[in-house]
Amino acid sequence: MSLSYQLDEKHEMVRAAVREFAECEIRPVAGALEEKEAFSVSLTRQMGEIGLFGMIVPEHLGGQGLDYVSYIIAVEEIARIDGSQAATVAAGNSLGLSPIYYFGTLEQQQRYLPELCRGDALMGFGLTEANAGSDAGASKTRAVKDGDDWILNGSKIFITNAATPITRGTIIQAVTGSDSRGKPEHTCFVVENGTPGYTATPMKHKLMWRASNTAEISLSDVRVSRDAVLGQPGDGFKQMLSTLDRGRLSIAAMGLGCAQGAYEAALKYANERVQFGRPISKQQVISFKLADMAMKIELARNFLYRACWLADQHQPFGKEAAMAKLYCSEIAKEVADEAVQIHGGYGLMKEYDVERFYRDQRLLQIGEGTSEVLRMVISRAIGC
Amino acid sequence: MHIVVTIKQVPDTNEVRIDKKTGTLIREGVPAIMNPEDKHALEAALCIREELGDVKVTVLSMGPPQAGNTLMEALCLGADEAFLACDKAFAGADTLATAYTLAMALKKIAPVDLVLCGSQAIDGDTAQVGPQIAECLGIPQITYAERIKASEKSVEVESGFGAVRRRVSADLPALVTVGKAINRPRYKTMKGIAAAFRDKGVQLLTSQDIKVNPGRIGLTGSPTSVKKTFVPELGRAGRIIDGGPETLSLGIIHTLEAENLLPKS
Amino acid sequence: MSIIIDTDICTGCKRCIPACPYDALAMEGKKAVRTPACTGCGACLDACKYSAISLAGGQGRIKMDITGFSGIYVFIETLGGAISEGSLEILGKARELADSDAASRKTSRVTAVLPGHALDRMPEELIALGADHVIIIDDPRLAVYRTDYYTRVITDVIREKMPEIILFGATPLGRDLAPRIANRIKTGLTADCTGLSLCSKDGILLQTRPAFGGNIMATIVCPDNRPQMATVRPGVMRRAKRDSNRIGTTETMALTLGKKDDLIRHVEVVENTKDAIDFEDARIIIAGGRGIKGPEGFELLGKLAAALGARIGATRAAVEAGWISRAHQIGQTGKTVRPDLYIACGVSGSIQHMAGVMGAGRIIAVNSDRNAPICEMADETYVGDLFSILPELTREITERKTTAA
Repeated sequence: MSLSYQLDEKHEMVRAAVREFAECEIRPVAGALEEKEAFSVSLTRQMGEIGLFGMIVPEHLGGQGLDYVSYIIAVEEIARIDGSQAATVAAGNSLGLSPIYYFGTLEQQQRYLPELCRGDALMGFGLTEANAGSDAGASKTRAVKDGDDWILNGSKIFITNAATPITRGTIIQAVTGSDSRGKPEHTCFVVENGTPGYTATPMKHKLMWRASNTAEISLSDVRVSRDAVLGQPGDGFKQMLSTLDRGRLSIAAMGLGCAQGAYEAALKYANERVQFGRPISKQQVISFKLADMAMKIELARNFLYRACWLADQHQPFGKEAAMAKLYCSEIAKEVADEAVQIHGGYGLMKEYDVERFYRDQRLLQIGEGTSEVLRMVISRAIGC
Repeated sequence: MHIVVTIKQVPDTNEVRIDKKTGTLIREGVPAIMNPEDKHALEAALCIREELGDVKVTVLSMGPPQAGNTLMEALCLGADEAFLACDKAFAGADTLATAYTLAMALKKIAPVDLVLCGSQAIDGDTAQVGPQIAECLGIPQITYAERIKASEKSVEVESGFGAVRRRVSADLPALVTVGKAINRPRYKTMKGIAAAFRDKGVQLLTSQDIKVNPGRIGLTGSPTSVKKTFVPELGRAGRIIDGGPETLSLGIIHTLEAENLLPKS
Repeated sequence: MSIIIDTDICTGCKRCIPACPYDALAMEGKKAVRTPACTGCGACLDACKYSAISLAGGQGRIKMDITGFSGIYVFIETLGGAISEGSLEILGKARELADSDAASRKTSRVTAVLPGHALDRMPEELIALGADHVIIIDDPRLAVYRTDYYTRVITDVIREKMPEIILFGATPLGRDLAPRIANRIKTGLTADCTGLSLCSKDGILLQTRPAFGGNIMATIVCPDNRPQMATVRPGVMRRAKRDSNRIGTTETMALTLGKKDDLIRHVEVVENTKDAIDFEDARIIIAGGRGIKGPEGFELLGKLAAALGARIGATRAAVEAGWISRAHQIGQTGKTVRPDLYIACGVSGSIQHMAGVMGAGRIIAVNSDRNAPICEMADETYVGDLFSILPELTREITERKTTAA
């Protein structure tokens, strides 16, 4: 195996393509959509048209036939402009369509993947509950077999993409029994919108990602057929862990992109803003901040791409995914914080993008494994 | 039907900086892009393919090996095939030698029914290569197209031609140059990128491959040469005047009076 | 000169005969031969399918015989029965070159080439504005411009007259036509020149033009081929003072078309889009840029322009934002202007824009940013909020006019 520190031309082309789209189509509207807390169906469809959904899904299933590195670069480039749209894409891919691609039956793949890959429809991934966050095993949502059907009862919270006008349904994880040692057994179900007893309601007034959709779900005697079971009954926990491992790479990409966007804004501002007779970028106290920001971003990027490369090579990457998510989300916080500091008072105003980056980064240390849970994952992996 | 779009890789002139001491361009760090009007020409070709169906779209460029990146971009956008005329002997060409080389390359990849070019490139701004290729090939040219209607046998074009709008038609083969008003180029899609890198590639054409007359190419075949370059002197007195709206407004009125430009009534 | 025809290889196919721009090839005993009219331009090389024609001295640069070329020629563009202003500007420049100290017997005579139909009193006008000689090609088939016929007619003039220099306007028409001609006669062509002079040493034409979006100026020469050809940007040169007593000569030439000259099937003018903004005679131009912030800003500019009797210009950024029509655009990709006073409001001063206003008598800027590039390029920059300065200025001017009246 040889070392290579250069992305190949295909990946650079993906970056150029997504950057051009994000600069031209997302940048002009990002601030306004965020301000209005408006999820944009048309922007989502446009992202679908250029192929931002189903990037890793093969073409015969309706996907784009690219690799994980390409997908992660795409999320990074969107996040460089806007966390909300990046959330729609990252959740749409990693949480919405990936479980169906990796674990679904052929019938489920054919039923859902084409429209999900076109960006014509979205799917949520329902794991978190009001009292089951980091302790995912404490899930209270249950499914009971009734003949060939299953009856679901319970609720979910903070579910991205689950209540947009184009949401097709949500994958619901539920307890379906217990194993011989008394540990709960989980199964995932694809529950379509419109199923009686199932409701998904948008959650408003978020701190960040205000133009992305987050929903609360309630399930009251929801009857689904056995065709709704994702893969096999009892596989739910395994499916969830695997989905989260991959999902962490996309959250890491959001952190990297957010840091990059905040850093670029800060550098531009520092070169323009004159205090004490010269641009503040010429003053050491500011230039050293920018140097540190640039260094952190480079390190984060290199490590994240390596973790994605492992995934593309079908090698274990769980530890690396946890490290990448933890590191990228924490440097996003540091970089966005310094970016605001460099902007001074203007950094507190909505006119400047760093205000939005500063808020958007805050989720990244919480969603898909808090920084604390990730440290736990890493410490277990290294033999503590 | 076979459409060939000529494409030039250019430095993004919005990013170009000048070394004020030497009066030369700082090319370092300036991104190389597809010439914007060429992108519109490619879009026009792709639209004709979508409309007529049985159409092959080929892209052709002349330049150093790295110009292949821009042709890859064209393949990602949907072109079927790409050729790069690439030879040290082609270097230093002015528009006459460039047009000759591209025309000979077109003869090599013939038969060609329609050649589409961007009206002009943002680095040279000459708008000469298109018409010169047409003359080399002895085919009609229609410039500054804002609308193109192509059929198997002919092409009808509407052009913004200064103070008038013209409708011109010609039999194929023909060459049409297009401006930015003609369309809005599409974005590259992920599927397009995957397909281009999986199934397509850039084919190189050397001076041997296209049977050129060595007296007509590169520096040797270029009648014009650059005698000197310099940075335009746009600087003026640069006096800065501060004050409230009334002070400033009076200042401007004084200037108007001094220049005898203040209307009397 | 340097052209060799190998009579062993020549099949007598005659393909080279029409390819020669100077009619210098003839058939003798079923083989092609050169006549004394050959300039050595090399146009026949590409026409020969059998490689029977080659260059003496092998693979080197093709050297034309340039001794027989003389005179400065100007292609005259007409529109709607009138000579275009740009052509008159170039004629003025040609006159200036011919009268300059660096002019030689090769460059002392100015000829206007006037193709078209119903040309009325245009030749007299051209003489009064600087031409020594006018070549008139009046033919109904030339009434509407078409590339193929015009290429033929100007190539015929070049073949017969062998000009040292021939100039065209850098208009859509000139930039459609000139390259086609340059390629047919195999000579150099410089696009969109903003400066022309004759070299004091060897008398060749120094052609200066902007490149890289106006970031840099290049002086181009065409030392070994003739004629030296250039297109010249409208609005940059000045037309000569009219002198109705000037004496000049005229001659007429006919349009002769061959089979290969019919390339275009149909041409028609579908719409006259001549824009209403005529910057030519504007003494004051008020231009708005990105800092104008929207169409409402242009309304403020409009009020001031009305009070001052000025015209309104705009930067590309303002036009592309859709705040005002493209007809107002000034700069590298718009119009070049030379008013007595240019007032730039909220204009950052990009090199692309400023390239179009270099010729203004005086430039003043109103801008909120004292570090904008415009501050170095303007004579005076008024630093402040244009949304309060402009209404105040408009009010003050209107008041003064009322008082004076």
